[in-house]
Amino acid sequence: MRRWLGLYAAAVYAFLHVPLVILAIFSFNASRFTVWQGFSLHWYRAIFQDQQLAESTWNSVIIAVVATILSTIAGTLCAYGLWKRGSALLSGSLYLSLVTPEIVMGISLLALFQWSFRWMHWRLGLYTVILAHVAFSIAYVVIVIAARLRTFSPSLEEAALDLGATEWQAFRYVTLPALLPGIVAAALLALTVSFDDYVITSMVAGVDSETLPMVIYAMARRGASPVINAISALIVVVFGTLVLISEKVRAA
Amino acid sequence: MKTAAGWERLRAWFLLPAWIWMLALFAAPFAIVICYSLLTRGAYGGLGTPWTWENYQRLIDPLYLVIVLKSFLMAAETTAICLLLGFPLALFISRAGSRKNVYLQLVILPFWTSFLVRIYAWLFLLRDTGLINTALRHMGLIHDPLPLLYNDGAVLLGLVYGYLPFMVLPVYATLERLDPALVEAAADLGAKPWPTLLHVILPLSAPGIRAGSILVFIPALGAYLTPDLLGGGRTVLIGNLVQNQFTNARDWPFGAAISVGLMALVGVLVILMLRREREGLV
Repeated sequence: MRRWLGLYAAAVYAFLHVPLVILAIFSFNASRFTVWQGFSLHWYRAIFQDQQLAESTWNSVIIAVVATILSTIAGTLCAYGLWKRGSALLSGSLYLSLVTPEIVMGISLLALFQWSFRWMHWRLGLYTVILAHVAFSIAYVVIVIAARLRTFSPSLEEAALDLGATEWQAFRYVTLPALLPGIVAAALLALTVSFDDYVITSMVAGVDSETLPMVIYAMARRGASPVINAISALIVVVFGTLVLISEKVRAA
Repeated sequence: MKTAAGWERLRAWFLLPAWIWMLALFAAPFAIVICYSLLTRGAYGGLGTPWTWENYQRLIDPLYLVIVLKSFLMAAETTAICLLLGFPLALFISRAGSRKNVYLQLVILPFWTSFLVRIYAWLFLLRDTGLINTALRHMGLIHDPLPLLYNDGAVLLGLVYGYLPFMVLPVYATLERLDPALVEAAADLGAKPWPTLLHVILPLSAPGIRAGSILVFIPALGAYLTPDLLGGGRTVLIGNLVQNQFTNARDWPFGAAISVGLMALVGVLVILMLRREREGLV
């Protein structure tokens, strides 16, 4: 049975990885068709000459960075606060937000923004996308840091207090350093989910806040192009590295 | 430097950002959606009174009921296939010894990288001029491209591909906690590997299988992007129906009613899971 299990696992791993590997290989194809005609970096050059791609990537970076900072701060404070004193309502809402179908979260945030525009003369734009991204990434941050806190013994803080530290010192010099790997991992995770989101973003984005996934989606809808293969390969490499770092830091 | 009392007061504010998030960006939007679901569609696709239950009654209209049932069926099939692929994989990882973490990361890595890219990868492989059809044509096996894309099968494939890690991770977590002495005891008492798997390992990993099934079933039920790109508008699931009401059909009240229904279902499933598992998600 051992050998069968190994073969089966190998097949499932192939299912998970081969499509992405093939996608990346064909980003180096000289031809625009799916027939291999030699190695070329043509499509990568095309990415860097494309104005729309540059603008949308810049938008995505701004959105992801701001949303990550906000959700990491709020999420860290929340995880620590819940660890000190639990709130079933708050943790229930966090779980629920994690499993809310993206399309439902997207339309409800759109409804909220449209409704608030009746009183405020704002429009959909970068900041509505940032708010939406904070809304869905906080739960990820809390989950990662709460997992870290589960392995952190409260007696460490108590020991610091017994040795004469104030509560603030115990938090600042004992708890926070212990949580730091979790915080870094959570931030990287938030960055990844924010940069990747299409469904919610497309509902709440304005005309001037098109993100990279929205451009990729539009291109994929028009038909495949090796340019998408090249962007996809870059995304997989960059975010694959971030995820690996995040996992390493979290395990540390 | 903070005094102890000052710190106590400060710490009380720690949950404030999260409460603001919860009220302003989670509860309030959904409350508005609930209100919309009870309103009437206006003349130009806007919202109007009177208040009505009619939007909910339309959900059991056969036209829409078919879509709801199809989404359920699709989500159930996705869950079953994920279990079939994911359980042996989780078992394999749990027995991999020192390489466990590497194997586990091979599951997590494509999962967190990019959902859109992973769906596009299948678009690239399956479309008429895609790799599979091109390869088959060059081998002379087919003349006309096989209709691999824009059908239910392609959507099912995409859903399984997208949510498989949701099954592997919780199942692995329970297999990891499983006491090896129980498996050894079964072997000592003369059980062969297969009966051990069926009568010892499988029942003991039930909590993980249950958690994994719910974690796959929920996003598959509300999926929007996968059926949209791989189904090409031909496979309409609940998620696409909601999106369509808010864009092309411009019937926000009905779209809101479907969303509320979907959320009610998801809520029930989550409560069922949290009741059983005291440890929380994943």
